[in-house]
Amino acid sequence: MRLPRVRGPVSAALLDTLTSAPEQRDDALAGLDVVAREVIGASEDLARDDDLQLTLFCLYELHYSGFDGVDDALEWEPGLIAVRTAIERAWEAQLRAAIPLPERPALEADAVAETLFALAAADDGPSLSRYVAKKATREQLDEYLIQRSISQLKEADPQTWAIPRLTGRAKAGLIEVQADEYGNGRLERMHSQLYARTMRGAGLIDEYGAYIDIVPAVSLASANLMSFFGLNRRLRGASAGHLAMFEMTSSIPNRMYGNGFRRHGFGEDVTWYFDEHVEADAVHEQIAARDLAGGLVESEPQLLDDVLFGAASVLVVDGWVGLHILDCWQNGRTSLRAPVATAA
Amino acid sequence: MHEETPVIVACPNGPLLVRGDVPIENPDGTPVQKNRRTVALCRCGASVLKPWCDGSHKIIGFRTDLDHGDVPQ
Repeated sequence: MRLPRVRGPVSAALLDTLTSAPEQRDDALAGLDVVAREVIGASEDLARDDDLQLTLFCLYELHYSGFDGVDDALEWEPGLIAVRTAIERAWEAQLRAAIPLPERPALEADAVAETLFALAAADDGPSLSRYVAKKATREQLDEYLIQRSISQLKEADPQTWAIPRLTGRAKAGLIEVQADEYGNGRLERMHSQLYARTMRGAGLIDEYGAYIDIVPAVSLASANLMSFFGLNRRLRGASAGHLAMFEMTSSIPNRMYGNGFRRHGFGEDVTWYFDEHVEADAVHEQIAARDLAGGLVESEPQLLDDVLFGAASVLVVDGWVGLHILDCWQNGRTSLRAPVATAA
Repeated sequence: MHEETPVIVACPNGPLLVRGDVPIENPDGTPVQKNRRTVALCRCGASVLKPWCDGSHKIIGFRTDLDHGDVPQ
């Protein structure tokens, strides 16, 4: 993707580093390290910190498709990994403090699944999907698609990092879900492709990262959370729990999102993505809860708390996203950092 | 080649998960198009995508552990 615009001193120092000539890179890295540690120490809410979430997003992006004109070898630059780890450590502490865990179930797959389903059912956060179904304006539909585009145009990729870190039943379950996410090898059915099709149908640009500059911190945080869990092997339990909860809270909302687009007269080319998720995620939630999350706890019982943490984090962090968007819309504001027309 | 035996998982409080090559047909023998390898068949009766599950069992509080005659709260 193209490099984003800076949002503060840390992202500015990062972009300097990424675009510096090799002989100036050590100086740039040293400067980045100093400013990052200062800002991390002073940040009161990392989930809503534009500068740090954008920095984290860019550092993760080096592990996905990278940036136009940036040296691919920077993916494993130790100085960048150190900055990433410093942000992750502070953010994890904030998340662990903010996210309540359900009572521990027995260390059996079905008991884990039951606890996760109960956790999902007990979620009483505001419903963005209901608002989209009933009230969202045409412009708000665009905003919704843009907010999710940074995740959905690479849908399933963050969870794929966990595959070689799992074994047995959990691995088989994850593969089964991921294969379906990737359209079972059929390009036109790949979920990220369906999302691109939806964006095109709505008249938006379907290129990954096209709208990065207007996506707010809290949505970057939601995307970053999946990369954070996916890229750290120690958090494989959280990655599994996150995917399970994501799937469990997807079928019914996606029907409503689809209804919102149908209400505005969009046809199947736009609603296919949502309709596909109603059916697919009703399958995935069973596999992800029982085989992936449950199977993982049976084979690695010490990961139970991380599975629960990952699952609960979906409700909390994506709840923050929903709350932000609804709050803006109900007050007649855009939920983006700037109007759509200013982007891309 | 080894033929995979299809397996149906009866998910507690949820659908019937069908893994393997099982054709799903309408009563007149025409095939119901399967869009994925593993499918979930509605067991609660409330899905609007029948025969597929759409997660509606969660809305209606469908339970598979009740005795005959019990009614969900």
